[in-house]
Amino acid sequence: MKAKVTVTLKQGVLDPQGQAIQNALSGLGYEGVENVRQGKVIELDLAETDTSVAQTAVEKMCEDLLANTVIETYDVELSE
Amino acid sequence: MKVGVLVFPGSNCDRDIAVAFERIGATVTMVWHKETSLPDQLDVIAIPGGFSFGDYLRCGAIAARSPISKALVDFAHRGGYVLGICNGFQILTETGLLPGALMQNAKLKFLGKSTDLIVSTTESAFTHRYVQGQSISIPIAHHEGNYSANPETLKTLIDNDRIAFRYKDNPNGASEDIAGILSENRRVLGMMPHPERAVDAALGGVDGQPFFAGLTDVLVSA
Repeated sequence: MKAKVTVTLKQGVLDPQGQAIQNALSGLGYEGVENVRQGKVIELDLAETDTSVAQTAVEKMCEDLLANTVIETYDVELSE
Repeated sequence: MKVGVLVFPGSNCDRDIAVAFERIGATVTMVWHKETSLPDQLDVIAIPGGFSFGDYLRCGAIAARSPISKALVDFAHRGGYVLGICNGFQILTETGLLPGALMQNAKLKFLGKSTDLIVSTTESAFTHRYVQGQSISIPIAHHEGNYSANPETLKTLIDNDRIAFRYKDNPNGASEDIAGILSENRRVLGMMPHPERAVDAALGGVDGQPFFAGLTDVLVSA
């Protein structure tokens, strides 16, 4: 089973990289991009086959290491 | 005074901090991150600057989960003195020993220069030799020094006089101009600027000397 963890900055936390990307898009002529938030994607290959067990395990990994929940939020997506 | 300097792959201020402590007569032991216990009877643990584990994932994140870090957290919980400078500050926030997080500098640039700091409290072993409100010149060298915390945490830090140093001219966007903070028991200090780079007149000034001398006052007489 594969897990895709998306880590982004919490809403309200200033994201200077996102702003720089937004400025660059604007410079290229892309109009109407009102906000950009960037983050990272972490892909895990898991031995676990039970979805709910995997979900719980990956969420614990997020809390322990993959995300810093002081400033970041995470989303876990599982697939076969 | 016995000092342990934690060393991670990518630490690069470990010898500087060791020299700063040796100059005030401390006995310094370097402690590799794979150790699971600390040398006996340490008075202070120093976590040096650098780029532990290449700043992979987040600055300090992997170092904070190294084998030695459990011993570090236990040491701090027992009331030990801990000093984290630059990457060391990032590691301390990642262990949870200090609140908040260090984010990328607001202007996304690495900053390496001398900065003026204001001593915000003299109520700690680290800062008691300074004068409240004193301006000191200490170098910074970081890309992720933008201190960030939620409003409640910032209020707690302010209300309990736990901001050790503030930037006079905020270089990185840090909340409340924070350059360094203290733990609740005032024995754990994390700061982005490098006092160990300001202990020699020939190299970056001497405004960091009272910082180390202050620790000796408290720990050698104890």
